[in-house]
Amino acid sequence: MKANNYISNYCVIENNSVILNSGREFELQNGSFSEFAKAAYKNFNMEYPKFFKMDNLSKLAFLGSEIILKELVNQEENNNIALVFANRSSSLDTDVKYQNSIADKDNYFPSPAVFVYTLPNICIGEISIKYKLQSENAFFVFEEFNAGFITNYANLLLETNKAEKVLCGWVECYQENYKAVVYLVEKQGHTEHNEETVNTLYNK
Amino acid sequence: MEALKQELKSKIIEVLNLEDIAVEDINDNDALFGDGLGLDSIDALELIVLLDKEYGIKLTDPKDGKAIFESIETMSKYIAANRTK
Repeated sequence: MKANNYISNYCVIENNSVILNSGREFELQNGSFSEFAKAAYKNFNMEYPKFFKMDNLSKLAFLGSEIILKELVNQEENNNIALVFANRSSSLDTDVKYQNSIADKDNYFPSPAVFVYTLPNICIGEISIKYKLQSENAFFVFEEFNAGFITNYANLLLETNKAEKVLCGWVECYQENYKAVVYLVEKQGHTEHNEETVNTLYNK
Repeated sequence: MEALKQELKSKIIEVLNLEDIAVEDINDNDALFGDGLGLDSIDALELIVLLDKEYGIKLTDPKDGKAIFESIETMSKYIAANRTK
Protein backbone atom coordinates (compact mmCIF):
# COMPACT_ATOMS: atom_id res chain seq x y z
CA MET A 1 0.00 0.00 0.00
CA LYS A 2 1.34 3.42 -0.90
CA ALA A 3 2.03 5.85 1.92
CA ASN A 4 0.36 9.21 1.57
CA ASN A 5 2.44 12.30 0.98
CA TYR A 6 1.40 15.80 1.93
CA ILE A 7 1.77 19.40 0.86
CA SER A 8 3.21 21.13 3.92
CA ASN A 9 3.69 24.66 2.54
CA TYR A 10 2.93 26.51 -0.65
CA CYS A 11 3.54 29.88 -2.24
CA VAL A 12 1.72 31.46 -5.17
CA ILE A 13 3.18 34.50 -6.93
CA GLU A 14 1.26 36.36 -9.63
CA ASN A 15 -0.19 39.81 -10.38
CA ASN A 16 2.42 41.50 -8.15
CA SER A 17 1.34 39.58 -5.06
CA VAL A 18 2.66 36.76 -2.89
CA ILE A 19 0.37 34.26 -1.19
CA LEU A 20 1.93 31.98 1.40
CA ASN A 21 -0.19 29.14 2.81
CA SER A 22 -3.49 30.88 2.01
CA GLY A 23 -2.49 34.28 3.45
CA ARG A 24 -1.57 37.26 1.25
CA GLU A 25 1.90 38.13 2.51
CA PHE A 26 2.90 40.88 0.12
CA GLU A 27 1.49 42.98 -2.68
CA LEU A 28 2.78 45.80 -4.87
CA GLN A 29 0.02 47.93 -6.33
CA ASN A 30 1.76 48.96 -9.53
CA GLY A 31 5.02 48.15 -11.23
CA SER A 32 6.85 45.84 -13.59
CA PHE A 33 7.95 42.34 -12.63
CA SER A 34 11.46 43.64 -11.93
CA GLU A 35 10.12 46.27 -9.56
CA PHE A 36 7.84 43.75 -7.89
CA ALA A 37 10.66 41.19 -7.51
CA LYS A 38 12.95 43.78 -5.92
CA ALA A 39 10.21 44.95 -3.55
CA ALA A 40 9.38 41.35 -2.57
CA TYR A 41 13.07 40.59 -1.99
CA LYS A 42 13.29 43.52 0.41
CA ASN A 43 9.94 42.79 2.07
CA PHE A 44 11.01 39.24 2.95
CA ASN A 45 14.42 40.43 4.16
CA MET A 46 16.35 38.25 1.77
CA GLU A 47 20.06 38.90 1.99
CA TYR A 48 21.44 37.40 -1.18
CA PRO A 49 22.98 39.99 -3.57
CA LYS A 50 23.27 37.40 -6.34
CA PHE A 51 19.48 37.71 -6.67
CA PHE A 52 19.99 40.93 -8.63
CA LYS A 53 22.17 39.17 -11.19
CA MET A 54 19.50 36.58 -11.98
CA ASP A 55 17.17 36.67 -14.95
CA ASN A 56 13.43 37.04 -14.34
CA LEU A 57 12.70 33.29 -14.45
CA SER A 58 15.33 32.61 -11.80
CA LYS A 59 14.13 35.54 -9.70
CA LEU A 60 10.59 34.14 -9.81
CA ALA A 61 11.68 30.60 -8.88
CA PHE A 62 14.04 31.91 -6.23
CA LEU A 63 11.37 34.08 -4.59
CA GLY A 64 8.85 31.24 -4.42
CA SER A 65 11.41 28.81 -3.03
CA GLU A 66 13.04 31.21 -0.60
CA ILE A 67 9.73 32.30 0.91
CA ILE A 68 8.94 28.66 1.71
CA LEU A 69 12.38 27.34 2.62
CA LYS A 70 14.01 30.13 4.59
CA GLU A 71 12.07 29.37 7.78
CA LEU A 72 12.16 25.60 7.34
CA VAL A 73 15.66 24.75 6.23
CA ASN A 74 18.88 24.91 8.20
CA GLN A 75 21.47 25.63 5.53
CA GLU A 76 24.23 24.18 7.71
CA GLU A 77 22.64 20.73 7.54
CA ASN A 78 22.64 18.29 4.66
CA ASN A 79 19.15 18.75 3.23
CA ASN A 80 17.87 16.06 0.89
CA ILE A 81 15.20 18.17 -0.78
CA ALA A 82 14.63 17.31 -4.43
CA LEU A 83 13.61 20.06 -6.85
CA VAL A 84 11.02 19.34 -9.54
CA PHE A 85 10.10 22.38 -11.58
CA ALA A 86 8.31 23.02 -14.84
CA ASN A 87 6.91 25.74 -17.04
CA ARG A 88 5.54 26.48 -20.50
CA SER A 89 7.95 29.06 -21.95
CA SER A 90 11.24 27.46 -20.93
CA SER A 91 13.88 30.24 -20.87
CA LEU A 92 12.31 32.12 -23.80
CA ASP A 93 12.14 35.39 -21.86
CA THR A 94 15.94 35.49 -21.60
CA ASP A 95 16.51 33.81 -24.97
CA VAL A 96 14.76 36.74 -26.66
CA LYS A 97 16.76 39.29 -24.67
CA TYR A 98 19.99 37.54 -25.60
CA GLN A 99 19.01 37.34 -29.26
CA ASN A 100 18.24 41.07 -29.27
CA SER A 101 21.68 41.78 -27.82
CA ILE A 102 23.43 40.06 -30.73
CA ALA A 103 21.10 41.03 -33.56
CA ASP A 104 23.13 44.07 -34.66
CA LYS A 105 26.43 43.01 -36.23
CA ASP A 106 27.80 46.53 -35.82
CA ASN A 107 27.03 46.53 -32.11
CA TYR A 108 27.84 42.92 -31.29
CA PHE A 109 28.56 42.50 -27.60
CA PRO A 110 27.06 39.22 -26.35
CA SER A 111 26.62 39.32 -22.60
CA PRO A 112 27.96 36.25 -20.74
CA ALA A 113 25.78 37.14 -17.75
CA VAL A 114 22.64 36.98 -19.92
CA PHE A 115 23.78 33.92 -21.87
CA VAL A 116 24.16 31.76 -18.75
CA TYR A 117 20.41 32.04 -18.16
CA THR A 118 19.41 30.77 -21.60
CA LEU A 119 18.44 27.39 -20.11
CA PRO A 120 15.38 26.93 -17.89
CA ASN A 121 17.01 24.58 -15.38
CA ILE A 122 19.45 27.30 -14.31
CA CYS A 123 16.73 28.53 -11.96
CA ILE A 124 16.82 25.30 -9.95
CA GLY A 125 20.60 25.55 -9.92
CA GLU A 126 20.26 28.93 -8.22
CA ILE A 127 18.06 27.37 -5.52
CA SER A 128 20.49 24.46 -5.10
CA ILE A 129 23.41 26.88 -4.67
CA LYS A 130 21.56 28.95 -2.08
CA TYR A 131 20.62 25.91 0.02
CA LYS A 132 23.69 23.81 -0.79
CA LEU A 133 21.43 21.09 -2.17
CA GLN A 134 23.07 18.16 -3.90
CA SER A 135 19.77 16.44 -4.44
CA GLU A 136 17.74 15.12 -7.34
CA ASN A 137 16.47 17.85 -9.62
CA ALA A 138 14.59 18.12 -12.87
CA PHE A 139 13.01 20.81 -14.99
CA PHE A 140 10.24 19.98 -17.47
CA VAL A 141 8.62 22.03 -20.19
CA PHE A 142 4.90 21.41 -20.81
CA GLU A 143 2.28 23.09 -22.96
CA GLU A 144 0.12 23.54 -19.87
CA PHE A 145 0.37 23.00 -16.12
CA ASN A 146 0.60 19.23 -15.72
CA ALA A 147 -0.39 18.37 -12.16
CA GLY A 148 -0.58 14.62 -12.84
CA PHE A 149 2.98 14.29 -14.09
CA ILE A 150 4.57 16.45 -11.39
CA THR A 151 2.56 14.72 -8.65
CA ASN A 152 3.62 11.26 -9.81
CA TYR A 153 7.23 12.34 -10.17
CA ALA A 154 7.36 13.84 -6.67
CA ASN A 155 5.66 10.80 -5.11
CA LEU A 156 8.10 8.47 -6.85
CA LEU A 157 11.08 10.39 -5.45
CA LEU A 158 9.67 10.11 -1.93
CA GLU A 159 8.55 6.49 -2.20
CA THR A 160 11.92 5.33 -3.52
CA ASN A 161 13.76 7.34 -0.84
CA LYS A 162 15.54 9.45 -3.43
CA ALA A 163 14.54 12.48 -1.37
CA GLU A 164 13.17 13.31 2.07
CA LYS A 165 11.15 16.21 0.71
CA VAL A 166 10.36 17.51 -2.77
CA LEU A 167 10.02 21.18 -3.65
CA CYS A 168 7.78 21.35 -6.69
CA GLY A 169 7.23 24.43 -8.78
CA TRP A 170 5.45 25.78 -11.83
CA VAL A 171 7.39 28.91 -12.77
CA GLU A 172 6.09 30.48 -15.93
CA CYS A 173 7.62 33.73 -17.08
CA TYR A 174 7.55 35.49 -20.41
CA GLN A 175 7.90 39.25 -20.59
CA GLU A 176 5.48 40.69 -18.05
CA ASN A 177 3.33 37.56 -17.80
CA TYR A 178 4.37 35.41 -14.89
CA LYS A 179 3.03 32.94 -12.38
CA ALA A 180 4.75 30.79 -9.79
CA VAL A 181 3.17 27.99 -7.79
CA VAL A 182 5.77 26.46 -5.50
CA TYR A 183 4.99 23.83 -2.86
CA LEU A 184 6.81 21.48 -0.55
CA VAL A 185 5.83 17.82 -0.51
CA GLU A 186 6.79 15.61 2.38
CA LYS A 187 5.62 12.60 4.36
CA GLN A 188 3.81 14.65 6.98
CA GLY A 189 1.36 17.47 6.72
CA HIS A 190 -2.31 18.37 6.51
CA THR A 191 -3.12 18.66 2.81
CA GLU A 192 -2.90 15.39 0.95
CA HIS A 193 -0.65 15.53 -2.10
CA ASN A 194 -2.55 14.41 -5.16
CA GLU A 195 -3.45 15.69 -8.62
CA GLU A 196 -6.64 17.32 -7.38
CA THR A 197 -5.06 19.26 -4.51
CA VAL A 198 -2.17 20.37 -6.73
CA ASN A 199 -4.62 21.61 -9.36
CA THR A 200 -6.46 23.46 -6.60
CA LEU A 201 -3.24 25.24 -5.65
CA TYR A 202 -2.61 26.22 -9.26
CA ASN A 203 -6.13 27.61 -9.65
CA LYS A 204 -6.17 29.64 -6.44
CA MET B 1 42.59 59.55 -14.16
CA GLU B 2 40.26 60.32 -11.24
CA ALA B 3 37.33 60.85 -13.62
CA LEU B 4 38.06 57.53 -15.32
CA LYS B 5 38.07 55.73 -11.97
CA GLN B 6 34.70 57.19 -11.02
CA GLU B 7 33.28 56.33 -14.43
CA LEU B 8 34.62 52.80 -14.15
CA LYS B 9 33.08 52.24 -10.72
CA SER B 10 29.75 53.47 -11.98
CA LYS B 11 29.85 51.24 -15.07
CA ILE B 12 30.87 48.17 -13.04
CA ILE B 13 27.97 48.68 -10.63
CA GLU B 14 25.56 49.04 -13.56
CA VAL B 15 26.86 46.20 -15.74
CA LEU B 16 27.30 43.71 -12.90
CA ASN B 17 24.01 44.61 -11.16
CA LEU B 18 25.69 45.34 -7.83
CA GLU B 19 22.42 46.45 -6.28
CA ASP B 20 23.53 47.37 -2.78
CA ILE B 21 26.87 48.95 -3.67
CA ALA B 22 27.47 52.65 -4.38
CA VAL B 23 30.41 54.30 -6.14
CA GLU B 24 31.70 55.65 -2.82
CA ASP B 25 31.73 52.12 -1.35
CA ILE B 26 34.47 51.03 -3.74
CA ASN B 27 38.02 52.05 -2.87
CA ASP B 28 40.53 52.31 -5.69
CA ASN B 29 42.68 49.51 -4.29
CA ASP B 30 39.90 47.15 -3.14
CA ALA B 31 40.19 43.66 -4.60
CA LEU B 32 37.48 43.20 -7.22
CA PHE B 33 37.45 39.42 -6.79
CA GLY B 34 37.67 37.24 -3.68
CA ASP B 35 37.24 39.12 -0.41
CA GLY B 36 36.74 42.52 -2.00
CA LEU B 37 33.67 43.06 -4.15
CA GLY B 38 33.23 39.30 -4.37
CA LEU B 39 32.89 39.15 -8.14
CA ASP B 40 32.75 35.73 -9.82
CA SER B 41 33.91 34.16 -13.09
CA ILE B 42 30.89 35.37 -15.09
CA ASP B 43 31.57 38.89 -13.81
CA ALA B 44 35.13 38.55 -15.13
CA LEU B 45 33.74 37.77 -18.59
CA GLU B 46 31.43 40.79 -18.34
CA LEU B 47 34.43 42.98 -17.50
CA ILE B 48 36.17 41.74 -20.65
CA VAL B 49 33.06 42.72 -22.66
CA LEU B 50 33.00 46.10 -20.88
CA LEU B 51 36.61 46.83 -21.89
CA ASP B 52 35.76 46.04 -25.51
CA LYS B 53 32.42 47.85 -25.67
CA GLU B 54 33.29 51.01 -23.75
CA TYR B 55 37.00 51.46 -24.39
CA GLY B 56 37.73 49.49 -27.56
CA ILE B 57 40.18 47.17 -25.82
CA LYS B 58 40.17 43.52 -26.87
CA LEU B 59 41.81 41.18 -24.38
CA THR B 60 43.23 38.39 -26.49
CA ASP B 61 44.79 36.44 -23.63
CA PRO B 62 42.36 35.86 -20.73
CA LYS B 63 45.36 35.23 -18.45
CA ASP B 64 46.11 38.95 -18.64
CA GLY B 65 42.83 39.60 -16.88
CA LYS B 66 44.07 38.50 -13.48
CA ALA B 67 46.47 41.45 -13.18
CA ILE B 68 44.27 43.94 -15.04
CA PHE B 69 41.16 43.23 -12.99
CA GLU B 70 42.89 43.24 -9.63
CA SER B 71 41.40 46.59 -8.60
CA ILE B 72 39.94 49.83 -9.95
CA GLU B 73 43.47 51.24 -9.78
CA THR B 74 44.95 48.54 -12.05
CA MET B 75 41.97 48.58 -14.41
CA SER B 76 42.02 52.34 -14.88
CA LYS B 77 45.78 52.38 -15.54
CA TYR B 78 45.38 49.65 -18.16
CA ILE B 79 42.45 51.42 -19.82
CA ALA B 80 44.25 54.78 -19.89
CA ALA B 81 47.27 53.17 -21.57
CA ASN B 82 45.38 51.02 -24.10
CA ARG B 83 42.02 52.59 -24.92
CA THR B 84 41.08 53.17 -28.54
CA LYS B 85 37.88 55.08 -27.83
